[in-house]
Amino acid sequence: MSRSAALEFGGIVPRPMMTPEERLRRDLRVIADMIEPGARVLDIGCGDGALLAYLVSEKGADARGVELSQSGVNACVGQGLSAIQGDADRDLDAYPKGAFDVVVLSQTLQATRQPRRVLETLVRIGERAIVSFPNFGYWRVRLSLLARGRMPVTPFLDHQWYDSPNIHLCTIRDFVALCDEIGIRIEKSVTLDRYGRPFALDPRGSLANFLAEQGVFVLTRGAA
Amino acid sequence: MSSAISPRILKQPDNDWPGYRLAVRDPLRLDCGIDFGPFTIAYQTYGKLNAERTNAILICHALTGDQYAADPHPISGNPGWWLTMVGPGLVLDTERYFLICANVLGGCMGTTGPKDIDPATGKPWALSFPVITVHDMVRAQKRLIEHLGIDTLFCVIGGSMGAMQVLQWTASYPQSVFAAVPIAGAARHSAQNIAFHEVGRQAIIADPDWCDGQYLEHDRSPARGLAVARMAAHITYLSEAALHRKFGRNLQDRNAVTYGFEADFQVESYLRHQGSTFVDRFDANSYLYITRAMDYFDLAAEHGGSLPAAFAGARSRFCIISFTSDWLFPTSESRELVHALNAVAANVSFVEIETDKGHDAFLLHEPELFTTLRGFLNGCAEHRGLARA
Repeated sequence: MSRSAALEFGGIVPRPMMTPEERLRRDLRVIADMIEPGARVLDIGCGDGALLAYLVSEKGADARGVELSQSGVNACVGQGLSAIQGDADRDLDAYPKGAFDVVVLSQTLQATRQPRRVLETLVRIGERAIVSFPNFGYWRVRLSLLARGRMPVTPFLDHQWYDSPNIHLCTIRDFVALCDEIGIRIEKSVTLDRYGRPFALDPRGSLANFLAEQGVFVLTRGAA
Repeated sequence: MSSAISPRILKQPDNDWPGYRLAVRDPLRLDCGIDFGPFTIAYQTYGKLNAERTNAILICHALTGDQYAADPHPISGNPGWWLTMVGPGLVLDTERYFLICANVLGGCMGTTGPKDIDPATGKPWALSFPVITVHDMVRAQKRLIEHLGIDTLFCVIGGSMGAMQVLQWTASYPQSVFAAVPIAGAARHSAQNIAFHEVGRQAIIADPDWCDGQYLEHDRSPARGLAVARMAAHITYLSEAALHRKFGRNLQDRNAVTYGFEADFQVESYLRHQGSTFVDRFDANSYLYITRAMDYFDLAAEHGGSLPAAFAGARSRFCIISFTSDWLFPTSESRELVHALNAVAANVSFVEIETDKGHDAFLLHEPELFTTLRGFLNGCAEHRGLARA
């Protein structure tokens, strides 16, 4: 269900041709599978609400979204989902500790101004945080830079360097190192290939950092 | 011009006006400490209350609005002020919801206000009318809702001062509001907004026909002062871009400036028209009282200075809406509300609508506003188990 379709019907959202499940991107499906039914969820960077809609309809979740783009927020609220216009850097501080069972940050970390601070906030306001991001250590990215000498443009990094919102790209190794440094515990991790299919590799190993196009991590507050 | 009164608002006997009247017998304890009553609430309804009494929406009007949201104004004959929103198949669907809109306490369209007779003296209240607050307006509305046998309103919605009432409802009666839609509002009136109101009030007070507020007894009316107040306020409801788009520097029925002080420019003529038509349908003392109520509004102050504390018990689903070109109640005010609601993990949606129409955008044709609200209300209706129309 695209936003423009909703507007053409005068705001009456027509019965979607696809079920919420079919609408869901592969990586979002992996994330959705990690969420318990009925959970309180905050989806940061919720876009047009595909994951929210799935969590509400299929998991009976109390799911809310935060989205930077006005069109995304309007599309969410226009289909009856809870969403606020805001961004991960500025608009999360007000939430109390443990306000949500799960906080999702999918494909957004690399676009934040202060990823470290954002990660700390995620594990503060959520009992668990699920973070997915494009792996800059993926072999195609490395090869593109090595062979062409140009900033890589891939399906997941689909911007030219001069108009990219992705200002803080990292590899899976970088991410794991940061979590270790700021005392965030990695409860679980899944690496995805270029088709969004999960494969079983140790995220701390160099093979995962080479073969995975995306990483999905479940994080919790450290013991400290 | 200081002669017999002319504005129709002061001549028309208000029991001729269409709509319902509720006589409230038990006095209302006001914020100023006075027990006020008995008094009258004038209100309109649209649509039907369902058997479960779960489909009621309270519409809260703005400073110069009234209960005639969707039918012609009995004095001006103008169409209802929210006809864009209220009607069969519209966002506030009269075939699905039971809509209630009441004139606020202190108003001049049938609910007791300063132009009405003080039973103790047999004379118009004028300045002996107690100073009321937004909270007092909401207390009065609560009486009306109880009278109608409604425990929980499906939704409370309003723009500007209406948004203040919506917020007050969620803070004062959290159990009674399922969904709350404050549009172009704020948790408190800003210094700039108080300043503009003070200009308006001083224009009224400086009019010799105001007679220290006793103009009714002197058979006079501070029409010039009230018109100036309306003109100044009207500018704040628009945006620079909207004024430019509508009028630019265009001249009014002439080819050149006249080197005088007539309304050379279209924008002057427009404002004069706004002022002169307003005085026919609004009471000057009501204007003083209601602007004062808005100035006093500060939801955080009622709760030890903490806005999140005001919403601590809030259970409503909120949809907060602002407009990009609204400089009277800018988006930053709405965002402050969102942060306060986040702090108590309330269920809140927040949409900023892109428009150049300024504060008044909530009264105008804004398709994006309609789409958003329709979606929000449909989602809430599903949670509330309301049948589709």
